[in-house]
Amino acid sequence: MAQAGQVIRVEHLYKAYVTPVGPFPVLKDVNLTVAAGEFVAVMGPSGSGKSTFMNILGCLDRASEGHYLLAGRSVEERSPDELAALRNRTIGFVFQGFNLLPRMSLQDNVALPLVYAGVELDERRRRARELLDRVGLGKYAESLPNRISGGQQQRVAIARALVNKPALILADEPTGNLDSHTSHEIMALFDELNSEGITIVLVTHEQDIAQHAKRQVRFLDGQIVHDGPTEVAA
Amino acid sequence: MTWAMLQEAWRAMGANRMRTFLTMLGMVIGVGAVVLMMAVGQGAQYRVNQSITSMGSNLFILLSGSTTAGGLRTGSGGVNTLTVADANAIAELPGVQAVAPLHPGGAQVVYGPNNWSTQVYGTTPDYLEVRSWPVAKGYAFSDSDVRSATRVALLGQTVAKNLFGDEDPVGKTIRIKQSPFTVVGILAVKGQSLDGRDQDDTIMIPLTTAQRKVFGTQFQGAVRLVMIQAASQDVMPRVERSINELLRQRHHIREGADDDFTLRNLTALADSAAEMTRIMSLLLGAIASVSLVVGGIGIMNIMLVSVTERTREIGIRLAIGARQGNILLQFLLEALMISILGCLIGLLLGVGGAVLVNVITGMTVIISGSSVLVAFAVAGGIGIFFGYYPARKAARLDPIEALRYQ
Repeated sequence: MAQAGQVIRVEHLYKAYVTPVGPFPVLKDVNLTVAAGEFVAVMGPSGSGKSTFMNILGCLDRASEGHYLLAGRSVEERSPDELAALRNRTIGFVFQGFNLLPRMSLQDNVALPLVYAGVELDERRRRARELLDRVGLGKYAESLPNRISGGQQQRVAIARALVNKPALILADEPTGNLDSHTSHEIMALFDELNSEGITIVLVTHEQDIAQHAKRQVRFLDGQIVHDGPTEVAA
Repeated sequence: MTWAMLQEAWRAMGANRMRTFLTMLGMVIGVGAVVLMMAVGQGAQYRVNQSITSMGSNLFILLSGSTTAGGLRTGSGGVNTLTVADANAIAELPGVQAVAPLHPGGAQVVYGPNNWSTQVYGTTPDYLEVRSWPVAKGYAFSDSDVRSATRVALLGQTVAKNLFGDEDPVGKTIRIKQSPFTVVGILAVKGQSLDGRDQDDTIMIPLTTAQRKVFGTQFQGAVRLVMIQAASQDVMPRVERSINELLRQRHHIREGADDDFTLRNLTALADSAAEMTRIMSLLLGAIASVSLVVGGIGIMNIMLVSVTERTREIGIRLAIGARQGNILLQFLLEALMISILGCLIGLLLGVGGAVLVNVITGMTVIISGSSVLVAFAVAGGIGIFFGYYPARKAARLDPIEALRYQ
């Protein structure tokens, strides 16, 4: 069923939250296929289900019904540990609030996924350093996160997402806490990563951020109402 | 990986030093108390065992019994029914190692201007063997001294000190109940007996000398008591039975009539004293262990707070690929580190306290390797036991819920 080159394949996905007054549907029959190397912006108003969708894509949450194939393999039957391994190696997360651990140096933050992947200390240091250099923050390797700006923190978070060489980067409002200048710097970084072949799925509600993506998917009331290539703004 | 996790545990502990220290304090006090109590208890046990060894091992004491004269009953030892001949007969029994008949009495002893009231034991050289009591200076009197009832004396340390001070008593002449005796030797220090008597406040003279020249006897060869040493602990019940049979036969006691002697197993008495101290030290340890458990609950409490505080951190870790097991291990290591570190500090304090008790009160304290090992094992166990629940709570957090936590 899975075709080569498909990173994400979602079929008839339903998700309902259990509430005291009965199930509350959030996603209704969502279908989406993302090929390797794509750059997709997921848009939609708050409450439209896009965050829930991202959590399912990120193996943080499970769908109520439907199929989700990540890199050609079904996710539904995986054990919690297998899901953790997927989050560790196949997916890189970038959050709106950066989510760096405040008591760790930037280098240790970037290297943390490698700890859970069982990589040796020297190799962890080398790779973390390499990625910090790449996002231009090598000289702050030993600093704590609160010593650098928000834009710089987001770069560190991207470096952390990249450290296990994932096939897919999931970014949930990565520029939501940043000013427009810094936002575009971060988006330039995403553009660069995408040009290197990394698949990116990014949630945003800002049109000019979504312009960086090559394809836009729009959610409304738990359903995809628009899916098509980005129209170049006039 | 383990090293990285240990580093993280260390970092987490350092993030809130005061809290970590206070949490640890429960462990410190608990371990300190256990170590100190065990040191004191084992010290007491050692002292009791020392007293038992000083008494001599596998001992029976045979006392002459009571008689009834005109309806009036005397107590044990009220009349002399035992004789040297009885003692000699007992010595022939299988399983008997040594027999020492004793004929004691109180007497005033004089040397020059000094005088002292003490217990004088008429006995045979075997007595020193039975009591495993060496001569510190000079020599013991011999069987030939007993045969010829010579006036020679062995002094206990206390008597020697009180009569002679710094002077060397060996070869000097003292007076016991006015009769002159030559001091031939000084006994080694024996210390206190189980009931607190000063065993060194004594003089020993040949049995026959005591019988004929110092205290006199009701009849020829009478002795007040006989000490009997069995060859080993195993044969003691058999020896006890055969002594009873032998004496009833020798004293012509009819079937069903009361014994005219009392045979006591001293080792059994000593063993029960040892058992009592053992129970006491166990009790002390048990009471101190309560504080260990309280310390463990303190750790659990703080770990629960810590898990709540770090919910978001846990969410982040889960999102970037931590397995539940990784989170569990992380928090378990933290709890373990607090308890082991607390144990180390408590150990130092406990040992310090024991030394202080020793210096201040002079009590014997013993810190054994096993008590240190037990303290570590218990601390580790408490760390795991009380750390497990919070750690499991952390590991089971839902990643999305945890990430949303503010």
